[in-house]
Amino acid sequence: MRLSGRDVRCARGGREIFSGVDFEASSGEALAVTGPNGSGKTSLLRLIAGQLTIASGSIGLEGGESELTLPEQAHYLGHRDALKSALSVMENLSFWRDFLGGEAFDARTSLAAVGLDHAAHLPAAYLSAGQRRRLSIARLLVVRRPVWLLDEPTNALDTAGQSMFAALMGDHLSRGGLIVAATHASLGIAARELRIGGGS
Amino acid sequence: MRALAALIRRDIKIALRVGGGALIGVLFFLTVVVLMPFAVGPDLALLTRLGPAILWIGALLASLLTLDRLFMADHEDGSLDLIVMGRTPLELACAAKALAHWLAAGLPLIIATPVLGLLLNLDATSTSAVALTLLAGTPALTFTGMIGAALAVTLHRGGLLLAVLVLPLSIPVLIFGVAASQAAISGPLSFGTPFSILCALSLVSFVIGPFAAAASLRHGLD
Repeated sequence: MRLSGRDVRCARGGREIFSGVDFEASSGEALAVTGPNGSGKTSLLRLIAGQLTIASGSIGLEGGESELTLPEQAHYLGHRDALKSALSVMENLSFWRDFLGGEAFDARTSLAAVGLDHAAHLPAAYLSAGQRRRLSIARLLVVRRPVWLLDEPTNALDTAGQSMFAALMGDHLSRGGLIVAATHASLGIAARELRIGGGS
Repeated sequence: MRALAALIRRDIKIALRVGGGALIGVLFFLTVVVLMPFAVGPDLALLTRLGPAILWIGALLASLLTLDRLFMADHEDGSLDLIVMGRTPLELACAAKALAHWLAAGLPLIIATPVLGLLLNLDATSTSAVALTLLAGTPALTFTGMIGAALAVTLHRGGLLLAVLVLPLSIPVLIFGVAASQAAISGPLSFGTPFSILCALSLVSFVIGPFAAAASLRHGLD
């Protein structure tokens, strides 16, 4: 499986964010998108996730399931955590498992993997920022998708959380998945760097 | 199907819990209808004549009141991005959300109608006629209102804009809803004619609403 972008240009509201971006990642590879604030890291991820329309160039996934589009084979972990405060931790995760579809796993096991199994019955409103991030990460585990698009994934995670997440990313890569992550900090796994914006 | 059922279950659960807003519509409906006899005065014949119109206006405003949360809440917390990316066609997801919204916010209005009918001096036949027209007509309000909710989703405090966008679309529903209720109560028209048109309006909105809402969501997310 290979995710590639050719000469990608992104414009939002008539203003060009970046242009001429080429990237490529194959199964088992991680791509770390770096660059100064406002350089378009999130926009690039949202382009890949199909949430923004591409101004010119192309982004494609080869070797995936032919009947599904790229966004349908991708997990997107953004700034906003897509959690409902009124629902419990378990209800939040079960909803995304049922809604996202595809190959699904036990929600409790996924919660245990991110260290939240003790809080399964708590309303999501009671979680701290780091716990909310862990719950979002559990969403990546409960349904299997080959492409992970991660936007500042380690934000708000403590040191233990960061190494836990690095191990989870390692597992994902070893199963043949691929990762594109926008990040300032080190991901904790071997990753190729794609620098956009801001010259050198 | 499983994804849609999950979406409907989730939306209803959120609406029924604290701060979810399902009860806000009913309380507003109650307020409008309870205040009306005090404003109109103790003329029972007049109240009976105005009753169906008052109930319909109350139900229409109550359903507009909660519509802006339909997509806004999901947009604010990022859920909408994932719903748009999902394997479920966005049109079906929109229809499921509208259905859940109607079940949580529209159905309680219809259940409250018999009680409120008493305050307006409506007898059992008239009340059931109004309840029946609301049952047939409020889905149309939700499904056309969904188009406005999808257009206003990226605007914070888009509630007023939503009302302005949706009102012209809801006028036909109001006209035929009240006409059918009046026909059942006093004639001279037969109940069936305006009621069939009301049902037709609902059916049309089931088809157009989800497609229009999905299209504007796809363009609006930026």
